[in-house]
Amino acid sequence: MRLVWIYPDLLSTYGDRGNVLVLERRARLRGLPVDVVEVNSDQRVPLDGDIYLMGGGEDLPQVLATRRLQADGGLHEAVRRGAVLFAVCAGYQMLGTQFGGADGHPLPGLDLLDISSSRGERRGVGEILADVDPALSVPRLTGFENHQGVTRLGRNVRPLARTLTGVGNGDGTEGAYSGRVLGTYLHGPALVRNPGLADLLLTWAAGQELPPLPPQAEELALRLRDERLSAVSVS
Amino acid sequence: MRARLATTVGGAAATVSRLAGKGDGSVIGGIIGLRLEPDLLSLLAAGRQVVLVTGTNGKTTTTRLITAALSALGQPIASNVYGANMEAGLTSALSRAPGAPLAVLETDEKYIPAMIKATQPKVVVLLNLSRDQMDRAAEIWMLARRWREALAAIPGCRVVANADDPLVAWAASAASAVTWVAAGQRWREDSWCCPNCGAHLLRDGDEWSCRECGNRRPPVSWVLSDGHVLDPSGRAQPLDLALPGRANASNAVIALAVAEAFGVSLPSALSQMRGVTSVAGRYTQVQRRGTEVRLLLAKNPAGWLEALDVMVPAPVPVLLAVNAQTPDGRDTSWLWDVDYRRLRGRPVLVGGERKMDLAVRLEADDVAFQLVDSIDHAVDLARSPRLEVLANYTAFQQYRAVLGRTE
Repeated sequence: MRLVWIYPDLLSTYGDRGNVLVLERRARLRGLPVDVVEVNSDQRVPLDGDIYLMGGGEDLPQVLATRRLQADGGLHEAVRRGAVLFAVCAGYQMLGTQFGGADGHPLPGLDLLDISSSRGERRGVGEILADVDPALSVPRLTGFENHQGVTRLGRNVRPLARTLTGVGNGDGTEGAYSGRVLGTYLHGPALVRNPGLADLLLTWAAGQELPPLPPQAEELALRLRDERLSAVSVS
Repeated sequence: MRARLATTVGGAAATVSRLAGKGDGSVIGGIIGLRLEPDLLSLLAAGRQVVLVTGTNGKTTTTRLITAALSALGQPIASNVYGANMEAGLTSALSRAPGAPLAVLETDEKYIPAMIKATQPKVVVLLNLSRDQMDRAAEIWMLARRWREALAAIPGCRVVANADDPLVAWAASAASAVTWVAAGQRWREDSWCCPNCGAHLLRDGDEWSCRECGNRRPPVSWVLSDGHVLDPSGRAQPLDLALPGRANASNAVIALAVAEAFGVSLPSALSQMRGVTSVAGRYTQVQRRGTEVRLLLAKNPAGWLEALDVMVPAPVPVLLAVNAQTPDGRDTSWLWDVDYRRLRGRPVLVGGERKMDLAVRLEADDVAFQLVDSIDHAVDLARSPRLEVLANYTAFQQYRAVLGRTE
C-alpha cells in the first residue's frame, strides 16, 4: 500500500505527520506492506498512490499549494482512478469549488469535493466531538479544531458527521465525503484519536474488510480516546 | 508626575503580590501602573538604551546572556528576568529599575510591533520563528510580515538577526541596519518555502536561496561554528559556556553581536556570559532521593528537538512531561512534529497531565516507556544517579514547585 503525503513543505502545521504514522502502523500490524512518499511542492504528485493525505496550512501556503496542485494535475488523475484522499483543515477547504484566500477574497479550489468555504466571523478553536454518518460505521469523532472557515456542503457530498460540541462546517455538520474523498476540520493528527476513521480509509484502499488489530496494539490509543471523550462535555 | 504615581502604586501592588505568595510580582505592578497611565511604558523607556529580544525559542536565555554581557559596562540594567514578556511585564521591569540607563527586555513575538513603538529600542534581536501554541498564537508567516512592517517603520534601530532562519531574515531585511549572525537552524519544518514568494527554497548546508525571486541568505558577520564564535574579523574563540547545548551557543553568539553594538569587547562579554549557569530554573540540577535531576524546559517542536540534543546520552533515563493548560496551548498536536526515534533503547518515563497523548506518540515511533504519576514516581522507577527531565511550561513549573524553586 502506498501512502502519498501531499506537500509537507506547505501543508503541515499541526502534527500532520501523525496521520501518515497512524495509517502506516495500522496497515503494518495487519501484515500489509506499506511505503510512504512525501511529495514536496516542487515535485510531481505520483499517480500510483493508494491513499493521499493533505494537511493544514496558513492562508498563503494554502493558496500556493492549491495553485500547484491545479497545475500538476496528478492528484486529480489519482482520484479519478479511485485513490483514497483524506484532507484536514486547510486541505479540506482546498478540495472544494472555492475557499477564502489570504485576504478573505474567494479563490477557486481543486473541485474534488462539492463544498464551498468562506471566512467566518470568528475563529473556532478547541476540542470538537461529532457523531459520524451511520452509513460509515465509524465511532464518534474526537479532535481539535482551529480555523475560521465556514463550509457549505453541495448536493453531491454527505456530511461526515454531526457536531456535538465545536464548530465544524458551521451549520451543525462536520466534514464531508463523497466516494473515497473525505475531508474534516479535525486538524493535524486527526486519525490518532479516531482509529475507526483510519481503518475506514485503509478498508477503502484495500478494497476489502481488514482483520481487527490485536487488543494490546490498540490499548494506548483507546485509552487516549476514552480520556479525551470524557474530558470534553457535550454541549 | 503621573508616571511616578503610577510606578509607585504599581510597585506597592507588586510587593503585596509577592508577600501574598501569588507570584513573583513581575506582572501585577505593571498592570495597575498601566491602568493609571496608559503611556507608562513609553514614559519609562524614554532616555534609556533599550534592547528588545524576541523569537519563538531562547528569549529568556538570550535576554539573560545579553544582560550578563552588558554588565561589563558597570551600569545598572533593567530586565524582565522572570520572562513576563508582554506590556505589563516590560513596564514592571522598567519601573523596578528607575535609575538604569540600559534595559534588556524579552518581548513576546506577537507584541513586538507595539513594543517597538512604545520603547523606541536601540537594538531589536530576532532569534528564530517556528510553530508554537497555535491555538492562541498568530500564524508565523503573518507574524514575520508584522515584524517586517514594524522594523521598516523605525529607521534608527539596529537589528541583530539570525541569517540562517529564512523567516527571520526576511523580516529583518526590511530594517535599515542589520547585523547578520549565522546562528544556525536546527528546526526547518517551518521554512521550506520562501517567505517572500512561496517557492520551495533551495538548501545547501546553511545556505538557502529562492530561485524564483532571488531572496537568499544574507552575508553574515558573526558565525557560530562548532562551539566557537567567529567575530566580524574572522577570529575564532571557544564559547565554553556553562549553559548546555547548540541552542544556547546560538543564543550566546547573538548576545555577543549585541554586546558589540554597545562597545563591549568580546573577551569581557564572554567572561560575563560564562558565569550564567541557570536561567529562571532552566538547566537547574537538584538532588532528589539520591538522584541528580536536571530540568529542561521546552514548549514547542523546535524547542523539544533542541532539548533532546542537549540531554546527557543513554543510559541516563529521561522523563518527558506534557500538560495542555492555557499557557502551554490546549492542543497537543505538536507532539507529532517531534521525532523521538533517537530515544529508542534508553529508559524513558512519561508524565504530565497529557501523558496519554505522549504515550501514543512514542508508541508510533517504537520507543518503549513507562507512565509515571509524579516526579518522585519517576525518580523511584529510574533508579539511576541521574535523571534528565524535559517538560513543557506548566509541567515544568509543577515539577519545579515540588523540587523547590532553587536557582
